[in-house]
Amino acid sequence: MTRVGVLPDAGRPEGRDHRVIDTPPGSAPQWACSTDRGRRPTRLGTAADGRGDPSRVSRWWSAPRHPGPLRRTLHDRVIGGVAAGVSARVGVDKGLVRTVLVLSTFTGGVGVAAYVIAWLVIPAEGDEASAASRAVTDRRGIALALGLVPLLVLTVVAASLVGAPWLTTVAWPLVIAAGGFVLVWRNVGPEERAILDERLGSLGPIAAGGRRNRRVLALRLALGVLVAGYGVGLLTHDRRASGLVTPLAGLVLVAAGVLALFGPWWLRIARDLVEERQARVRAEERADMAARVHDSVLQTLALIQRRAADPHEVVKLARSQERELRNWLFEGRVPGQRSDGDDTMSGAVERIQRDVEEMHGTPVEAVVVGDCPLDDALRSLVEAGREATVNAAKWSGAPEVSLFVEVEPGSVAMYVRDRGTGFDESAVAPDRRGLSESIRGRMARHGGSAVVRSRIGDGTEVALTMARR
Amino acid sequence: MFLVDDHALFLAGVRAELGESVEIVGVADDVEPAIELITERLPDVVLVDVHLPGGSGAAVVAALRVEHPEVRFLALSVSDAPEDVIAVIRAGARGYVTKTIAGPELVDAVRRIAGGDAVFSPRLAGFVLDAFSALPGEVSRSFDPELDLLTPREREVLRLIARGYAYKEIARELSISAKTVESHVSAVLRKLQLSSRHQLTRWATERRLV
Repeated sequence: MTRVGVLPDAGRPEGRDHRVIDTPPGSAPQWACSTDRGRRPTRLGTAADGRGDPSRVSRWWSAPRHPGPLRRTLHDRVIGGVAAGVSARVGVDKGLVRTVLVLSTFTGGVGVAAYVIAWLVIPAEGDEASAASRAVTDRRGIALALGLVPLLVLTVVAASLVGAPWLTTVAWPLVIAAGGFVLVWRNVGPEERAILDERLGSLGPIAAGGRRNRRVLALRLALGVLVAGYGVGLLTHDRRASGLVTPLAGLVLVAAGVLALFGPWWLRIARDLVEERQARVRAEERADMAARVHDSVLQTLALIQRRAADPHEVVKLARSQERELRNWLFEGRVPGQRSDGDDTMSGAVERIQRDVEEMHGTPVEAVVVGDCPLDDALRSLVEAGREATVNAAKWSGAPEVSLFVEVEPGSVAMYVRDRGTGFDESAVAPDRRGLSESIRGRMARHGGSAVVRSRIGDGTEVALTMARR
Repeated sequence: MFLVDDHALFLAGVRAELGESVEIVGVADDVEPAIELITERLPDVVLVDVHLPGGSGAAVVAALRVEHPEVRFLALSVSDAPEDVIAVIRAGARGYVTKTIAGPELVDAVRRIAGGDAVFSPRLAGFVLDAFSALPGEVSRSFDPELDLLTPREREVLRLIARGYAYKEIARELSISAKTVESHVSAVLRKLQLSSRHQLTRWATERRLV
C-alpha cells in the first residue's frame, strides 16, 4: 500500500492509515469511499475509511471527502461554492449535486431558494462565521431584503385574484432567494468578497455594461435572473389554466431577463464595431489626402528652387500653392483636383484669380462679399471682369491687381483696380477695340454698365455693374 | 515695439526690415513669455501672430487688454481667413496684416496702429461688409442698432478699402478728410469688437473664447 499523494486542500490526517488504492502515476488518487455517509465525522476525518473493504471501488457518483465541518469552497465554485462544499463533505460527485440542484429549480424553484439559504448559512472555507451571522447585524441589508416582501404579497394577491396558484409557488422561492442573495452579497467575508469581485469582473459579457458601478451591475444581475426566473416558471408550470397567454408571458419575461443581462454587452459591441469602422475610414481618407498634399507641396517647393532666379515666377508658384492648400484645408478640395463645376459668383471670381495669376504671374487680390448663382447676364459680367483683370495684369505694370465683387439683392458690382501706369482713354485709337468692344459692349448687351477711370501714373479702375434678375 | 511669433525665420526677416524705422524692445515665441515680457516692458505696439504653440494670439491680447489698454496690438496671420482674424480682433487687436506684407507697408501699418488707427486689409473689409449685411430674418436678443449696423458712410469706406484704396485715396474719392476716414474705420473696428452679430460671435463660440 502506498500513499500516492494527497488532494491539495485536504488536511492530511495525522497518523491515519488510509487505504489508498494503487493508481498508476499521473492519475488522481482515489480514496476509498466510506459506506456510512451519514456518520458524523470526527476531527480527523472518518475513521471508517481505513477499515473499509479495500476492494471497494469508488462509485461513479462518489467524490473525495474532505474532512472537517461543512464549508463552502472558495475556489472550486460556480456561484457560491455550495455544491462543491456539500460534495466534498458528503462524498458525492460535484456534478451530481449540481444537477440535483438545477433539477429542483424546475420543480417550483425550491432549489434556488435552498441554494441561497445554504449560501447564507454555511460558512465559507476557512471562515468560522457564516454570512447569516453577520447579516443579523446588517440593518440595511435586512431592510432591503424585507423590501421584497411587498412584492411577494402583491404576487400572492394577484395570484389569488387571477386564480393561478402556481404563481404563488413560483414567487415564494424566488423572493426568498432574492432576499437571501441581497443579504449574502452584503455580508460575505473578505476573502470571499475578493473572489466574488474577481468573478464579477470576469463575467465579461454580462459585466460589460456596468463595469463602473458594481451596485448597478449587481442589481441588473439580480433583476435579470429574477425576471428570467419568473419567465421560466411561467413557461414550465402546469398549463391547464390559461392557454396561450401564460407561455407567451413566460417567453416575454425570459426574453426580458436575457436582455437585462446581455443587452448592454450587445449594445457595446455594436457601438464598438461602428466606431471602429468609422475610425478606419477616417484614417484612410486622411492618409490619402495627406499623401496628395505632401506631393503637391513638394513639387512646388522643387519648382521654386529651380526658378529661384526669377522672383516673379517664385511669387506665382507660391501663391498658387497657397491657394491650393487653403482650398484643401478650408473647403476640402484635394490638391490636383480641378473643379470647374462651381457655378457661383465666388467660384467664377476664384477662377479668374487662378487663371490670371497662372498666366501672367501678377498677384490678384480677390474679395467677394455675398454670393449668388450665375446666369447669362452675370456670366458676361464675369467675362468682362476677367478681361479687365487680364488687361491690368498685362499692361499696367502694377505689382498687384485688386478685384472686389459685391453681390447685392438687386445687382452685382465688380471693381478691378490696379495702381499701375494708368492710361488715357481718349488717346486710344478707335481701331484698337480691346476695351470698348469687349468690356463695354458685353456689359451693355445685357443691360449692365462699365465705367473706366484711369489717371496717368495713378492707376486704373474698372467698375462693372449688372442688374440681377 | 514688441514681436510675438513662433516662426524664427519670419521674426528674423521682420527685424531686418523694421530695424531702422522702429525700435524693437523684445521678442517672445509663446503666450506665457509674451504676457510676462510685455507687462514688464510695456511697448507701444505689439505685433502678435495669430497662431502660437501654447494658444493663440487672441489669448495674449485678451490677457493684456484690461490692465494695459495703452498697449496696441497688430495681429499677424499667415492666412487672412476670417476665422483666424475675427477672434483676435474681437479680443482687442486694432488691425491685422498678412505675413506676405511688404516691409514698408508693415512699417506704415505699425505707425498707424501706434497713432491709434485701425488697420484693415481688403479681405477683412469684405468680411465685415458680409457680416454686417442686413439679414431680415436675423433677430438677436440684444440687437443694438448702434453696434450691429453699419452706417452708409461706413459701408462706403469699407467698400473702398475692399477695392484696394488707401486712406488718402478714400478721402479724395469721398471728398472728406483723411482724419474722417480714420474715424470711420475706428468706428467700424469698435463695432466689430463689440457687436453681437451672429457671424461674429460664431467664431468666438467655436473657439470657446466667449
